[in-house]
Amino acid sequence: MSNRQYIQGGIGLSEDDIQQGKVFFAEDSLNCRYAWDMGVAIERYLRELKNGRIIAKSCNECRRIMVPPRMFCELCFRPSDDWVFVQDTGVVNTFSICYVNWDASRIKPGETPHLPAVIEIDGASKGMGIMHRLGEVDPKDIKIGMRVKAVWKPAEERTGAITDIKYFKPYQEV
Amino acid sequence: MAFLERSTKNTENRYWYPEENTFPVSNRYTTGVAGQRFFGELKDNARITGTRCHSCQVTFVPARMFCERCFARLDDWLDVGSEGTVFSYTVAYVNRDGSAKPEPAIIAAVRVADGILVHRLLGCNAGEVTIGMKVQAVFRPEAERTGSILDISHFRPV
Amino acid sequence: MRKVAVIGAGMTKFVRRALETPKELSFEATKAALDSCGLRLEDIECVAHGSAPDAFDGVHQKGEYLADGCGGWNKPTMRVFVGGATGVHAIIHGWYHVASGMFDTCLVVCEEKMSNAMPHAQGFFLTIFDHTTERALQPNLLWIFALEKNRYMQRYGYTKEDMALVAVKNKNQGLKHPASQFKDPVTLEDILNSEVMAYPVNRLDVSPVSDGAAAVVLASEKVAKRLTDKPVWVEGVGWSLDTAYWGTRDLYYPRYTEHAARMAYKMAGIREPHKQINIAEPYDPFGYKALHHMEGLLLSPRGKTVQLLRDGYFDMDGNLPMCPSGGLLGVGNPIAAAGMMKICELFWQLRGEAGERQVPGNPKLGVAQAWGDLMQVSSVVVMGS
Repeated sequence: MSNRQYIQGGIGLSEDDIQQGKVFFAEDSLNCRYAWDMGVAIERYLRELKNGRIIAKSCNECRRIMVPPRMFCELCFRPSDDWVFVQDTGVVNTFSICYVNWDASRIKPGETPHLPAVIEIDGASKGMGIMHRLGEVDPKDIKIGMRVKAVWKPAEERTGAITDIKYFKPYQEV
Repeated sequence: MAFLERSTKNTENRYWYPEENTFPVSNRYTTGVAGQRFFGELKDNARITGTRCHSCQVTFVPARMFCERCFARLDDWLDVGSEGTVFSYTVAYVNRDGSAKPEPAIIAAVRVADGILVHRLLGCNAGEVTIGMKVQAVFRPEAERTGSILDISHFRPV
Repeated sequence: MRKVAVIGAGMTKFVRRALETPKELSFEATKAALDSCGLRLEDIECVAHGSAPDAFDGVHQKGEYLADGCGGWNKPTMRVFVGGATGVHAIIHGWYHVASGMFDTCLVVCEEKMSNAMPHAQGFFLTIFDHTTERALQPNLLWIFALEKNRYMQRYGYTKEDMALVAVKNKNQGLKHPASQFKDPVTLEDILNSEVMAYPVNRLDVSPVSDGAAAVVLASEKVAKRLTDKPVWVEGVGWSLDTAYWGTRDLYYPRYTEHAARMAYKMAGIREPHKQINIAEPYDPFGYKALHHMEGLLLSPRGKTVQLLRDGYFDMDGNLPMCPSGGLLGVGNPIAAAGMMKICELFWQLRGEAGERQVPGNPKLGVAQAWGDLMQVSSVVVMGS
């Protein structure tokens, strides 16, 4: 006995079947937009990014310095405690070299690939990473464990957004 | 700790509104196994069809592939005619974005066989519509029909 | 809690674009599952169904929309949704309905129609990232996998080739599955030479976008014993979530999977999973994930999984056959339905009905697992004959 008879339906179409109008279909777009309240912790985080600084929050119970800052520690489930400035340097925990855009379209020939990375921020607890992009680096030179530093937009261009940091670039301590 | 920072005016809240605040995605829906035939009948023959479940004694309109009550696969296709009765209706004064409509629009749930088609009702004033009133589908000319519910242009009183 | 059995299973073919509507896909799978155990809809007392984001099918409140196709007309019906883990989570959700004593029969149905999402289902994942601190960076779903995979490889010294072995194994195994959306065998070179999408992920390391549905019928012990002499029991269930601040924890080990697995093993009375489990269906949307999850499921020692894979330990005739269905890589990945497909596979394997894919040696105990959200949730089910 086999399961074959209990596999029913799933009639495959090709893109051509649709493009050539062999089947009926309808299209619609929601075309909606959102604006998000930032909340208390992220409002401060973004305000400090505008000032060219990264701010974190501490939990005095588990002793973590948490970035991005949050009003409660999700591990101890208690209100977080103190605002703490951390460095704008860190270590690459992991990275990718991405040739695909968000909607699955491909980057144009010659365009620099996207260089996302998780960066463990100096001054925050170990392993406390944020997602950002890398720049001013040849993709083949990127290594896990590499030290990097934030490259900020000029103060007058900063808007209070995570993109006030343009990217992180390799950095040698002097 | 209670969260002490309470806002009473949401216009004073800071919010995030990204520069690239677009999410240009859309959806494309096939009409399915039953829809393929139902909309084909609308387009080619200006005919409204239903499928009959004999054990449940229900004629589904628009036609469906299966009976939701007993899970029978349905293959008895019926021409249910172009007439129905107003099951319920509403009069719309505003558009989807809240702007006023130049003319109020009557949207009716029209009972055809055992199913409901929601459509525009033209040819009468809002005050003249009654629940139970007989209405008839008006089809677009054949050349304009595409295999969509809008191949029925609207319903009108009989 | 009462004992709960799986007594029937059915599914649709997985295809890139289906003609059927989501309701019609659900109907096909549900009807096949009912037929497989000779039940009619009127014999079913409740429906538990699962489907991933509404955005894919493009139908908001998809649960209500799908209900009639899942057999939910006029019945207590409830949807569950935990991202990619939905397919395996749905059976846990159904299990509660029966184990609690409230119902004797329950349909569990999972469906996904990703081809409705235009221009590409991947675009709809943009909104799973934090809207303020991450979305502004214009992230893409591949980043998540590529970042995790790179960290995993670096931690244990695994190579891209090591990871590609999973796609070769699962894709070729999937050709034996009658529901698979693939027809052609692949080689290691095919995987490694396919387009680099996001280093270290190549196109063929990734499971495809699919449409499909899958369903099982659950029954209480007394009903199951009346209907079949080959019930497959739900022996243990477990699930766990990690923090949503995904950058905050190290990505090389899925701790949440271990927590979920320990919960399920404890319930099933399993002390040495790597010795007791006969078949594993770890979640494999990307090749490396199967290995990552085998470690989290405590079925392979951390850092030694590639060696075991190369030694044939996870082959169909190996000590612990992995993804006998062919997995998401080999059959297709209509998100929730793909997880449920793994449940169907355990059902068929443990009854000896898997045909060409049948694992030899009369397997008695299997585990299925799925993973979802922002690399943070795992659902695990242990089934036994």
